Amino acid sequence: MEQKILDIHDLKREFVMGDQTVRALKGITFDIKAGEFVTIMGSSGSGKTTLLNILGCLDKPTEGSYLLDGVDVKSLNRDELAGLRNTKIGFVFQAYNLLPRTSALENVELPLFYNKTITAEERKERAIKSLESVKLAERFDHTPSQLSGGQQQRVAIARALVNHPVMILADEATGNLDTRTSYEIMALMQELNAEGKTIVFVTHEPDIAAFSTRTIMLRDGKVQKDSINQNQRSAKEALANLPESDDY
Amino acid sequence: MSIINLLKIAFRALKRNKLRAFLTMLGIIIGVAAVIAMMAIGEGSKQSIRSSLSGMGSNMITIMPQSNEPGGVRLQGSSIQTLKLEDITAIQKLQSKNINGLSPVVSTSGQAIKGGYNWPTTITGVSPDYLNIRQLKLQDGILFSENDVKSFAKVCLLGKTVIDNLFPDGSNPIGQIIRFKNIPFQVIGILEPKGQSNFGQDQDDIILAPFTTVQKRITATNYLQSIYASATTEASSAAATTEISDAIRESHRLTAAETDDFQVRTQAELISTISSTSSMLTVLLTAIAGISLFIGGIGIMNIMYVSVTERTREIGLRMSIGARGQDVLMQFLIEAVLISITGGIIGVILGVSSAYLISYFLNWPILISESSIVISFIVCAVTGVFFGYYPAKKASNLDPIDALRYE
Repeated sequence: MEQKILDIHDLKREFVMGDQTVRALKGITFDIKAGEFVTIMGSSGSGKTTLLNILGCLDKPTEGSYLLDGVDVKSLNRDELAGLRNTKIGFVFQAYNLLPRTSALENVELPLFYNKTITAEERKERAIKSLESVKLAERFDHTPSQLSGGQQQRVAIARALVNHPVMILADEATGNLDTRTSYEIMALMQELNAEGKTIVFVTHEPDIAAFSTRTIMLRDGKVQKDSINQNQRSAKEALANLPESDDY
Repeated sequence: MSIINLLKIAFRALKRNKLRAFLTMLGIIIGVAAVIAMMAIGEGSKQSIRSSLSGMGSNMITIMPQSNEPGGVRLQGSSIQTLKLEDITAIQKLQSKNINGLSPVVSTSGQAIKGGYNWPTTITGVSPDYLNIRQLKLQDGILFSENDVKSFAKVCLLGKTVIDNLFPDGSNPIGQIIRFKNIPFQVIGILEPKGQSNFGQDQDDIILAPFTTVQKRITATNYLQSIYASATTEASSAAATTEISDAIRESHRLTAAETDDFQVRTQAELISTISSTSSMLTVLLTAIAGISLFIGGIGIMNIMYVSVTERTREIGLRMSIGARGQDVLMQFLIEAVLISITGGIIGVILGVSSAYLISYFLNWPILISESSIVISFIVCAVTGVFFGYYPAKKASNLDPIDALRYE
């Protein structure tokens, strides 16, 4: 039997705003197994962001259970959540969130600084390996302003990979990129997935979702549809089929 | 999270904003440099006042006559004739180990004449002890003896100013005869120049002669204008003062109800009065400098607050990749302390070197005490922690979700 990375059962999240209670998630149940490439889709207001925050251990559910790699998140305090984010999750953001005026290598090293068990040499070694795996081996000492958007996002992916997470959590990771670069990033994601990485990709673009193996549609705080993609598109082929453009 | 990692993180964060870090530091640098330079100048002038006062004889005790009658016309001390030679004898009889020198003083001013030259000056009649009490030294010649005192010998010692005016041709005055108020005196010694006193008096405009000679041949009086004594050490001057006071009261036959008809003063009192004035000045200067250090601290706080707001997304990112609240708190605290301590080090160097520059170019006395360096350094570190804490606390309390989405 395949290992469950995520196990969510009847997850609810409510926000109290003044005297009103907003129910953002109204009972969500699903699980994600190791090696899956899942996209979570939904229009704005569907609870997508709230779910993402909970999946990323930035927020805790009001009710229901969330097991991440066998750990019950609900029982953890602020610092323990931080530790969990550090060791089990690799974040990729829409706005890259790289430190300005800081080299790619130092940016990638960052999560390892918050892990006591890793020595300085190990940190550097892993950061270099991580950058190599996103094909940026030549640009260790470039600062974000010297990199293109796609390259910046790849640095961010390298940063997400460096702590060997059980899951990569991407939040609209292609939202700021043009189609070609988006496809490049998705090709990279598919490659990582083929190597066995579990990826959870939040997006609202259906053509991005087509690259994944499974899509969960959210609507009004509930799972509307949870389907396996029978014919997953290959990002590499999609890239090859794009019309020629000047920058190639 | 190890402290080395935290230091590295904070250091890298500062490196990203070198100019701003430096400008923030500038407040601290100027504050610390000002504190150190001001304290060096203040302490230096205090020290120089002390040493020039000691040059006048720091263990010196002066006994002056004073009226003890509250009614009637109050007379100036020098015209009161209560101090007599018997008082000296009474003090000598004590054989106190707190007193190691005693000399009467009888002085009068007049014209000193040598050949075609003359000079208005003062002749001071003293005993040989006087030179030790006033810390005067002979440059040439000999000192008059107790025998000269007993025999009313017409011998004298001259100060440099008197020599310059009576012997402008530079000839050796020793053995020559000068006249003071028509009395011939043989010059037997030359005093080492002492320069001006703290109060602007020329200490070299002086003729010293045996007090007996001055009393008998010039002033024709039998009272003393004052008595100079010296205590064995600065510490024993208080005890010596009491002993002298008691001895003179007894010799003047004063009853317990009567007040003193003389006053005893020590140089120590003068030193402490003047150094307290100078201490006040030091405190004042240091306080002003301290204010600039405080303002430097506020500068740190201001920049750290701006920095926390500006770097909200960075804080959110750090938290999302595993930084705990206390890691963020420590990072910002260490940044503040790094700024203040680096500023402190530069400030110490700048303060010390500007103190030396001041003493070199303006010839002001300076004294750099280790305590001023240590204190301003500690103040610096405390400033960093104190003013860095609140912004750091604010940063660590941010919610990573809000921080990440902060625009």
